[in-house]
Amino acid sequence: MTKTKKASLRSFLSSPKVAPYVFVAPFILFFLICYVYPFLRTIEMSMQQIYGFDDVTFIGLNNYRRLNNPHFFNALKTTTAYTFWTILVLIPLPIILAVFLNNPATRGKGFFKGALFMPALTSVIVAGIFFRYAFGEQATTLVNAITGVFGIAPRVWLQERGPAMFALVVLCTWRWLGVNIVYFLSGLQAIPRELYEAAAIDGANAWNCFLRITLPSLKPVIIYVITISIHGGYSMFAESFAYWQTHTPGDIGMTIVSYLYQMGFNDFDMGFASAIGVTLLFIVMLLNLVQLTIMGFFKKEAN
Amino acid sequence: MGHQLKDQFKSEYGVKEKKRPRERWAKIAIFLVLVIFSLFALIPFYFMLVSSFKPGSELIRYGINLKWQPEIMTLKNYYLLFTGKEGIYLHWYKNSVLITCFQTFVAVFLSAIVGYGLAVYRFRGRNLIFIAVLVVMMVPIEILMLPLYELIIRLRIIDTYTGVILPFAVPPFAVFFFRQFALGLPRDLLDAGRIDGCSEYGIYFRIMMPLMKPAFGAIIILQAMFSWNSLVWPLIALRSNERMTLPIGLSSLITPYGHNYDMLMAGAVLSVLPIIIIFIFNQKAFISGLTIGAVKE
Repeated sequence: MTKTKKASLRSFLSSPKVAPYVFVAPFILFFLICYVYPFLRTIEMSMQQIYGFDDVTFIGLNNYRRLNNPHFFNALKTTTAYTFWTILVLIPLPIILAVFLNNPATRGKGFFKGALFMPALTSVIVAGIFFRYAFGEQATTLVNAITGVFGIAPRVWLQERGPAMFALVVLCTWRWLGVNIVYFLSGLQAIPRELYEAAAIDGANAWNCFLRITLPSLKPVIIYVITISIHGGYSMFAESFAYWQTHTPGDIGMTIVSYLYQMGFNDFDMGFASAIGVTLLFIVMLLNLVQLTIMGFFKKEAN
Repeated sequence: MGHQLKDQFKSEYGVKEKKRPRERWAKIAIFLVLVIFSLFALIPFYFMLVSSFKPGSELIRYGINLKWQPEIMTLKNYYLLFTGKEGIYLHWYKNSVLITCFQTFVAVFLSAIVGYGLAVYRFRGRNLIFIAVLVVMMVPIEILMLPLYELIIRLRIIDTYTGVILPFAVPPFAVFFFRQFALGLPRDLLDAGRIDGCSEYGIYFRIMMPLMKPAFGAIIILQAMFSWNSLVWPLIALRSNERMTLPIGLSSLITPYGHNYDMLMAGAVLSVLPIIIIFIFNQKAFISGLTIGAVKE
């Protein structure tokens, strides 16, 4: 009896109607456990005052009202500035380098590609350990020595707002430049050579070719890189953690996620931290929506 | 027209145009720019290596600096990694290796199945699930840190490897990648397998999975790199010192009091070394995994 039952269960599970659901079941479970449940839970938590996991009171939107404080706005400003600068640096620079690397006349491409990609292999912490001490406050440190060559007095890089942002963007640029070059190179290699040959016959110079052929063809890749940069920029925490851990002096280098982390895991103010998280989710979703609209707009234009 | 013929003639008969000096200067300029940025990329590795041989007190007092001081350089820091703080560094290393293997295995196995299922079969709810994959790709996991933390406490898997890998068990980027790849699998093999009496799972494991080898290669490398370097979630999910992974352990060495700076640089160097060695021998595999998202929309 049991044998036939087992056999029928087996044939049921392996019927072509049911099998697809078995294949995608891990994602459905994962989606429910690690995204849907936590998402609903964090919304619930954001409306609670939490003293312990079983000691909570409902306080409505009070946690969201508390967001109206200088720390949060400062974190929002820092995060936005960081995202802005990383996009401003990490789009044009890798495009130029990718174009150089794609030039058939360039020598030593293999070496350059490998060298430029290598920083992407390091963890933020390892990279952060280097830059933390390279940006050290002593006059002898690497960065102060370099700026000294140009007659700039030594600075306390990581304790001042502007220089600290500079240090964050340098750390990010170091680790991501090679990755973005790879993206743009793959985009460049998809451009048909005939386009350039035709342009050369028409007497177009290199600059015109770049503006009229290369850049428009790279549009999808540029959009992709902007999307992941917004995502990475707004959820940035590790870079800030590498420089200051969770003791951000005078909120310097404190991002939205570091604020969330500090409130949730240092101060155990879980309800308020959840409100920060939900707000961040809205910001990221809104930016993605804007991004998608622009994407659709570009598509229409192409047709 | 005449212009075109002339060009054709040139390329066919290998006549080279005389290089104008302007072009040569452009070539040199391009080369120089590439050299400068390669130096920017490589110099930190050099300084990390050099200062890993200097005493930690140097690092605190002078930061990373240009001084070349062979007289103070020793192997003591590397020796300390194996003996200092009761060999805690070796524990971190072991944890990083085990978590990376465990997480990569689970993530790649599960996301390949899901990606394959989404690509090969037509069934009710397929589009909905695919949209869920795309949405999840847009949600930063950092937002859900708190409820996930609560979840792993309630499931009693805090401070365990299982707790570390749970929120990354089926990474959406990998599902997306495998789906894109599996879309190109020959579908007649599916029917051929059925006629031969293979079950749907037999078809996947015996016929399709071997065909997906290149996708597996790319994702294994990408996922392993991600696991090896991941910081934020393990920082929350792992509590005790001897369960920590390398990135968390190393960052715990940075304290205002600076007792352990001897281990810091040497520890950092040894933690990147294996990846760099693997990278040097498999450059292509590292890079091919990255490009799928950018080229195919």
